[in-house]
Amino acid sequence: MKIYATYNIKGGVGKTTTAVNLAYLAATESKLRTVLWDLDPQGAASFMFRVKPRVKGGGKALIRGKRPLDDAIKGTDFDNLDLIPADFTYRNMDLLLDDAGGSDRKLKKLLAPLAAEYDAVFLDCPPSISLVSENVLHAADVIVVPLIPTTLSVRTLDQLTEFVDGFRGHRPDVLAFFSMVDRRKKLHKEITESLSSERPDVAATVIPYLSIVENMSVERSPVTVFAPRSAAARAYRALWSEIRARTE
Amino acid sequence: MTPGLAGFIAAGQDTQTSDDVISEVLTALEQEFTLVPDRGGSLRTAARRRTWFDTFDWRLYRAGLTLEYVPAHRGGELRLSGAGSAAPPAPAADVEQPVTGWQASRPHQLRDLPDGPITARIAGVVAPRALLPAVTVSDAATVRRLLNEDGKTVARLVIDQPSVPAAGQPLPPRLTVTEVRGYPGQARRAIRIVACVVGVRPATEPVLAAALRAVGRRPGDYSNKVDATITAGMPAAQAAATILLRLLDTIEANVPGLLRDIDTEFLHDLRVAVRRTRSALKLFGDALTAPLAPRDSRLTGDELARFAAEFKWVGDLTTPTRDLDVHLLGFEDTSRALRAAKPDDLEPFRAYLAQRRLREFRALSRGLRSARFAALTQDWRERLTRIRESVSGRTAASARSGQSGSPARETAGTLGMERTRRAFAKVARRGAVISPVSPAESLHDLRKRCKELRYALEFFAPLFPPVAYGAVLGDLKRLQDCLGEFQDTEVQIGEIRVLATSMLTAGEAPAVTLLAMGEVTAGLAARQQAARAEFERRFAAFAGADGQRRMSLLLRGGLA
Repeated sequence: MKIYATYNIKGGVGKTTTAVNLAYLAATESKLRTVLWDLDPQGAASFMFRVKPRVKGGGKALIRGKRPLDDAIKGTDFDNLDLIPADFTYRNMDLLLDDAGGSDRKLKKLLAPLAAEYDAVFLDCPPSISLVSENVLHAADVIVVPLIPTTLSVRTLDQLTEFVDGFRGHRPDVLAFFSMVDRRKKLHKEITESLSSERPDVAATVIPYLSIVENMSVERSPVTVFAPRSAAARAYRALWSEIRARTE
Repeated sequence: MTPGLAGFIAAGQDTQTSDDVISEVLTALEQEFTLVPDRGGSLRTAARRRTWFDTFDWRLYRAGLTLEYVPAHRGGELRLSGAGSAAPPAPAADVEQPVTGWQASRPHQLRDLPDGPITARIAGVVAPRALLPAVTVSDAATVRRLLNEDGKTVARLVIDQPSVPAAGQPLPPRLTVTEVRGYPGQARRAIRIVACVVGVRPATEPVLAAALRAVGRRPGDYSNKVDATITAGMPAAQAAATILLRLLDTIEANVPGLLRDIDTEFLHDLRVAVRRTRSALKLFGDALTAPLAPRDSRLTGDELARFAAEFKWVGDLTTPTRDLDVHLLGFEDTSRALRAAKPDDLEPFRAYLAQRRLREFRALSRGLRSARFAALTQDWRERLTRIRESVSGRTAASARSGQSGSPARETAGTLGMERTRRAFAKVARRGAVISPVSPAESLHDLRKRCKELRYALEFFAPLFPPVAYGAVLGDLKRLQDCLGEFQDTEVQIGEIRVLATSMLTAGEAPAVTLLAMGEVTAGLAARQQAARAEFERRFAAFAGADGQRRMSLLLRGGLA
């Protein structure tokens, strides 16, 4: 079982759309038994799969182990793809993890039993630096980082890489890619071209800024489903291929 | 990831067609869910053809297994499921294995199957039989997604419309509600709605069974067992004719497969049925000629002798091919058992056996296609049917007129017990005088008497108490195995000597092959000696004081 996490300290960079599309491609095109855990209390990934953002017993029951993660799993409309929905109580997950002993490896332990049933797990993380994100970084095998092409966001990637390098034992692969790229903007063009070729931790694939991606919340479905031949769908397919090739 | 299934059959009632039922199911579900066609996923709309394979004697079915072949664009796939309709089903999960060059309409030998999980699982069950197509079903499945108020799929309805091309008719459609994980309540709700629609009933019968019925068959419809329906009060002539007709069914059922040389067991089963027929004629053939049987249908002594001679002819006709089959079937084991010689040394012997078998099989085929064989089976069936029907007609007439019939008339019960007792006495008497220095012929003769007794027990099995029957049969089987090993090894040694001489004369016997054949006969001789040493213990277990008491109990129970 391989755990992929879409993570960025900033919000609105395309973490959820990336998690939703990559999980769908993993399940349907790579035929991997896949589950996506929507850790963001806003529940955007749950909304896109039309699953109610509610977990019996809330985050507390899951973190304390009173309910197995297995109980919370919902089937999506797609073969091979399941979802652990968001819950509004996830907003207090930091406190819950702290109460449970403050371990930064609690999520990893919770996910371990899923290995018998799934080949791939996607974690859609809320934008923050917190005990939750530390748990996610320790649990993941691959951290997929969507970046807006700005100088500042590159600095954020450096900070993340430095943080992960400090881990003892298991260290996840970090792979960033440029998201919401507007090729008409000179800065976007310069940054994506130079960094993609200069830095090994930045993918060659970029996800362009396209309004069809925003339609995902209207269609409540991955863009690869409702517009499979669109440029956006092609870009996500290329990104998934590159991630698999670079992290196998 | 689609747990929970509930199956229904949209059979319809009175003037309702299955289309009406499906339409009513969809209308009922639409009251609760939004229904949309499923265009993606593994349950999407699809047409497919499936052929079930089993051996002629249903070995997979009897083991609780179902083997299905699904052709594909390139090659195809075998699927083995443990949910065969024989109880109890094997708990193992379904297994799949790709195959190439398969044709759904042809028999397939086990040796033609490539290595794989299915081959490994079924080899021990099927060998040495071939896999034959039992029935082919075409399915056209359509799937509807059941959506909740958020437009989320919470369950699926699969509408499967199977048909049997060989029968030229569709089977009643099957409806299956599948659950989406995490939404069990919604699936249960859908199941309740479907179950309430008039004309829908739970699918308790597998598609295989329904498809076989459509072509006039049923799973397990062939068995080489003597399972004639007789009762203790039935007139002896009627019981005798019923048993012999059942044996004739087995003989005739095996002829087509034998002539196509599909596998060796068609010949084996035919031979056993012929041998049983000959033993039955010896044991109770007189019941068919007795003056108490109706005069217009009973056989004369001469006729009985003629039929017995004809069945001997059939038996003799089959012997050479079967003897060669036995050598060839055990060839791998024989080669593996060699110590001094190499397995390859025996290859010329195998080639010679195969060539001889081809020749003998041609002679056997000619005999079974002959007018003589056709006349034998036809006459035999006519005569037996007439006896069975005239006796049963007369019994019914007596019952209607209130007459109890002749008090002296023999019943199946008295016939069965008397003839079984007589056969046992013969075995006990002849076995008791065999000593370690007795000639081999005395053991061969005892083996024949044991076979007669075994057949008598099997013919009249429905009349015996099952527990006592099982105890007697167990001891008898062990004695027969010992006598069989003794005689078969002797016969094989004699045959190998003859074959070696023929190969030498034909210039087809390399020295290493003759040496290897010598080693094989030495191994057979050792087995024969071991069987001879075992005989006394086996015989005592069967016909000693305890054995005689068990037999008395059995015969008393049969008359009770």
